[in-house]
Amino acid sequence: MTIRRAMRLLPVIPSILLLLLFLLAPVAWSFYASFTDAGLTGKAAKDPQWVGAENYLRMFSDDSFPLSAWLTLVFVAASAVLGQNILGLLIALLMTRSGTVVSSLVGTAVVAAWVLPEIVAAFAAYAYFNRDGTLNQMVGMVGIEGPDWLYSFPLVAIILANTWRGTAFSMLVYRAALADVPRDISEAALMDGARGWQRLTFITLPLIRGSITTNLMLITLQTLAVFTLIWVMTAGGPANASTTLAVLAYQEAFKFGDIGYGTAVASVLILLGMIFGAIYVRLLRERRP
Amino acid sequence: MGRPMKLAGLNRVAAKFAAIASLAAVVVAASSCSPTPDAGNKTLKVVYQKTDAFTALDAVMQDAKKEFEAANSGVAVELQPIQANDDDYGTKLALAQRSGDTAPDVFYEDTFKVRSDVDAGYLLKLDGYLEKWADWSQFNEAAKAAGRVDDGSIYAVPLGTDTRAIWYNKKVLQKAGISLPWQPKSWEEILTTARAVKASDPNVIAFNMYAGKGTGEGTVMQGFYELLYGTDSTLYDEDSKKWVVGSQGLTDSLAFLKTLYDEKLAVSPAEALDANVWKKVFGEWFPQGKLAATVEGSYTPSFWQKGGTYEWPGYEQDMGVAMFPTRNGQEPGGVSMSGGWTLAVGAKSKNPDLAFQFLTTALNKKNALAYDINNSQIAVRNDVAADADYLAANPFVKDVSDLVAVTHYRPATADYPRISTAVQVATESVITGKQSPEDAAAEYDATVRKLVGEDKVLEK
Repeated sequence: MTIRRAMRLLPVIPSILLLLLFLLAPVAWSFYASFTDAGLTGKAAKDPQWVGAENYLRMFSDDSFPLSAWLTLVFVAASAVLGQNILGLLIALLMTRSGTVVSSLVGTAVVAAWVLPEIVAAFAAYAYFNRDGTLNQMVGMVGIEGPDWLYSFPLVAIILANTWRGTAFSMLVYRAALADVPRDISEAALMDGARGWQRLTFITLPLIRGSITTNLMLITLQTLAVFTLIWVMTAGGPANASTTLAVLAYQEAFKFGDIGYGTAVASVLILLGMIFGAIYVRLLRERRP
Repeated sequence: MGRPMKLAGLNRVAAKFAAIASLAAVVVAASSCSPTPDAGNKTLKVVYQKTDAFTALDAVMQDAKKEFEAANSGVAVELQPIQANDDDYGTKLALAQRSGDTAPDVFYEDTFKVRSDVDAGYLLKLDGYLEKWADWSQFNEAAKAAGRVDDGSIYAVPLGTDTRAIWYNKKVLQKAGISLPWQPKSWEEILTTARAVKASDPNVIAFNMYAGKGTGEGTVMQGFYELLYGTDSTLYDEDSKKWVVGSQGLTDSLAFLKTLYDEKLAVSPAEALDANVWKKVFGEWFPQGKLAATVEGSYTPSFWQKGGTYEWPGYEQDMGVAMFPTRNGQEPGGVSMSGGWTLAVGAKSKNPDLAFQFLTTALNKKNALAYDINNSQIAVRNDVAADADYLAANPFVKDVSDLVAVTHYRPATADYPRISTAVQVATESVITGKQSPEDAAAEYDATVRKLVGEDKVLEK
């Protein structure tokens, strides 16, 4: 019995090894480096010294860290939890009620943003929000002079861009989930006189609850890691106004060559992802009402 | 990015995939065991920067490769141009140097990074090689110092150097009634002229100076340091090896930038923070007569000359160059900043003798001359500096070369990149109106104290 079980594990071993080597090892190295003064150049590059928790303590005296942590939370909450998630659900719901032509047209338009490689999507968003970009040309046609979005409202611009880019994912998840909702339950509720919103909140949402938490988990982790989009659009500026933790970690490690501090920021980002993950897993485990 | 997939099936799919992947790995490993055909040959890896606006070095490297391979049979030179801006190039190079497997044999190195990269153990000491190189005597003293570190040894050989000056469009100034040639004697005179230009044509950018983090080192090298080193203050005290804080010169320099931006004599703050603003300066605003004057490097003509990125046949007639004045015209009357790039040999090179030989090929008179002309560099070899072709390369060679007399160098310490960023942040806060010059200077002081520690600052 045990031998059979071990044999069953055999094909999985290579994948576990690969995961350990290419996922866990870099994370472990990054965590180790965050306790050193490792640098890209200078004496600290040749011979990094163990500095204990100094990098972590520095975060509290560094003005840019609390700001970045806050911006990251706002970015995740606004563009993933609210933007992508709710917009995705809304589109998926509307698509179940619309005709095939409309639904496939909308589906294609939404998915188009998602199939673009990240760098292409980022340049498209840059071209759209730029001072002389598409958005300002459009509002210019009706006689309004648009602001310089990337300069005056950098956070709003990257939130909108990330919502645009990521909504397709939530929409696809919810379309699949909604397709699994048994029609007879909805119809029974309809017979009992439940209105549209009542059917949604009391029937549909509880039934797709599992998909909602899974979706939230995935898009939260994706959004925490967003780098290219922000880097291309604003490079974290102006004056750190759109520097999320991912951008801050990159700047510290590679622009200032302070790998120790950069990896410390990255470790906090991993921790943040784990906290979000734990919350969602808890939500998923809770008994259905 | 993840893809929607039934999560329950994920493990099974992953297992299958892993099985295929491990099989593939075995196949690859087996095939790589076969011997490579040219095992006896040596390869030199040469790393340098190449961009759409900077191809002069690539041309020199191609020539040097041909020359070197012809003279050394059995040695292959592998050129690895990196397409990136200065910052990203430095990062990429440093990452490559961390491991012996990826470290280059010969590479292009910014002078201000030499010291910290020597500390990091990336550069090979060249003293022994230079002694035996006849051409070394052709390099002038200042050039030799560019690759020298605190212990007196030399680790890098310069390709050329540069200076910074005011570049102005004669036609635009003429239209505003400014007499030519223009040579402002103080900051006040710059403002007076700029206001006159603005008054005669509000659509013209009267006097631009880079500011903010967008333009990076450009902000400080072609802008802020011309101001700061023209007051009686400096960034770093070379004698005590300490960073200067509490300096009135710094506050005054920030206030000057504030005046330029507040009175709209410079570009708008939003444009200034765009990392690509310099492309507009060279590519659009100067040639189209929309910009009267700015502070830029001696390499400016390389963009406009034949074969340059923004070819502009009229630049020789239309453009003029002036020394950036000290604050009140006090001695020595002007100020400039110098940098420049070098070639160095990797400390981890397996063929250091051949690597140095390649370096001397790339820096011989013929190649150095071609590079200095094509990239509008100030020559560091005496034989190149005296060459008729070099002197005739563009009408500004003499003007910008003369500025070597009033030039300054950045403090090339390991702390410098962060201090530079702190200066850029201060300029950004001031031109965007986020902080007054006094507050921005106070925050700069606080940042410097935090970065280098109390024992490495000097109150002035």
